[in-house]
Amino acid sequence: MIKRILALWHARNLEFVRDRASLSWNLIFPLLLVVGFSFAFGNANQAQYKVGITNADVEAPWLSKFQHTNYIEFIRYDDQTIALTKLRQHQLDLVITQSEPQYWLNKLSAKGYLLEKILHAQVDVPLKLQQVSGESIRYVDWVLPGILGMNMMFSGLFGIGYVIVRYRKNGVLKRLKATPLSASEFIVSQILSRMFIQLITSMFIAFSCIYFLDLKMNGSFLLLFLMMLCGSLALISVGLMMASRCQSEEFAGALLNMASWPMMFLSGVWFSLDSAHPLLQQVANLLPLTHLVAGMRSIMLDGADLTQLLPNIGALLAIALVCITISASRFSWGEN
Amino acid sequence: MSKVILSVSRLVKKYPEVLAVNGLSFDVYEGECFGLLGPNGAGKSTTIEILENVINADSGEVLYQGLPRDKNFAQQIGIQFQNTALQDFLTVSDTLRLFRSLYDNPVPLSQLIESCALEGLLHRDNRKLSGGQRQRLLLALALINDPKVLFLDEPTTGLDPQARRNFWQLIERQKSHGKTIILTTHYMDEAEVLCDRIAIVDRGKIIALGAPSQLLRQHLPGMIVRLPKTAIGDPEFLNFKINFTQFFIEIITENVEAVVAQLLAHKIPINDLTIKAPTLEDLFIKLTGHALRE
Repeated sequence: MIKRILALWHARNLEFVRDRASLSWNLIFPLLLVVGFSFAFGNANQAQYKVGITNADVEAPWLSKFQHTNYIEFIRYDDQTIALTKLRQHQLDLVITQSEPQYWLNKLSAKGYLLEKILHAQVDVPLKLQQVSGESIRYVDWVLPGILGMNMMFSGLFGIGYVIVRYRKNGVLKRLKATPLSASEFIVSQILSRMFIQLITSMFIAFSCIYFLDLKMNGSFLLLFLMMLCGSLALISVGLMMASRCQSEEFAGALLNMASWPMMFLSGVWFSLDSAHPLLQQVANLLPLTHLVAGMRSIMLDGADLTQLLPNIGALLAIALVCITISASRFSWGEN
Repeated sequence: MSKVILSVSRLVKKYPEVLAVNGLSFDVYEGECFGLLGPNGAGKSTTIEILENVINADSGEVLYQGLPRDKNFAQQIGIQFQNTALQDFLTVSDTLRLFRSLYDNPVPLSQLIESCALEGLLHRDNRKLSGGQRQRLLLALALINDPKVLFLDEPTTGLDPQARRNFWQLIERQKSHGKTIILTTHYMDEAEVLCDRIAIVDRGKIIALGAPSQLLRQHLPGMIVRLPKTAIGDPEFLNFKINFTQFFIEIITENVEAVVAQLLAHKIPINDLTIKAPTLEDLFIKLTGHALRE
């Protein structure tokens, strides 16, 4: 059984490596994106002021005047530590709690300094100040995990889904079915081959960006690898599930696009969903890419440890388990 | 002949639009080459795929060596499908290696290369093979587990005459090694060359079954005398049984001299007259009433 899986794994790897066009696309496209962003957004920050509000359910009449200031976006946080982390990374300019007249400021942030002046002008009660400090995070640092994740998503969905549907349509699957190979051996070999390819290309892209473009890496590479492993498995399983019965490449393409585009915009690849509608955030939590990007981001930006990553890892493994179970039970070798 | 290796009874397979197989029954003997003949759409491929256990019949029974087919069946047979794509970007040798590792006891690589004439092609990409080379690779894949029964579904369709003859030689060689071969074809000459026994299938039913020579003797005794329609005005004066085809009239007779004598007596020009032994194609037309490749 292992011999059969390895043989098919090897054959699929050869196919991928010899397909120069898709190999280079998988490596070069994400690198170009990151390089592009590092020039475009290298030092710029978004112009808008962002204020984090904690304990938002407590009435705070003293704050209402400030809250009606134009050009300031107020974002509610249930967890004060998350808000403070964002403040340290300059993703928020100021944090205020409504439970008592108190605010936090990053002493290295110019926008925070200006916001403080506005705050004092519009609040009559005395306010308690606490300072935090931290270097700002450039957009390109923030977006790198997103691009890595997005690349893995496309390669997982299309590299598995499309290829299996093509195999089914042109008879490769039928020929394999006529051998002693079982459906689960076939599925495992395809998953392993794609994971192997994804992990190598993604780690290569991450290394290149971190060392040559000097992007942020505050956490451990081992954890990053683990996170990629789980994400890769989950995304591939989704692709596999969609391709498990599909007979036509067009239909598979439509299904895969239907899965990939929402993830592209709802999984926090390009912009943070912190200020999005709660319902949208719940939808986003069902998407594997959300957990992969969030996990990689907290490793690379905040140096998160394993325990902090467990919720994301758990979600990814659960998605993978569900999708693989469905694929294995629904898998069809061909038209019949 | 020797003992029955595959026994097929009352096979039925319906598709939404057509009744593809309509109650087929036949036996295949060990070591013989059995041909399923018929026009496109006659149900040949459906039948052979049911025998291969690739698709399931709606009803009917297939016995292998007297027993229902089990998991082991896949290890004992070799299949060459009609349309099989191979993985892109793999070479002939990669493909052989891949399929060898899917079986428990594969044939040595050198033996496969030799028996399917694949020398010199080992490092070629699957997509760059000619039609004949491709079919030889597919035959090698079918032989990889040294199967007892070899299934070939239209193995030479689309090949040029030279490549077809080369392929026939390879199949003859497998026959001489004692393999049982079941093949479908719509080429009558192929069946005459390769098959020990044939079943002529039309619209999902067997309309004739037996050795080619025996079927010909039985249904078309004698010779065919053929004349262009233009050479002969009204053929009613000839007191022989006459078949009309598109351009010719055909007289089937056991007494060629009498026919020719009568033609000469009526001053019919015989420059374009041909006399030939009936072929399976003639037999098929006689049995079905329509030409084979329609």
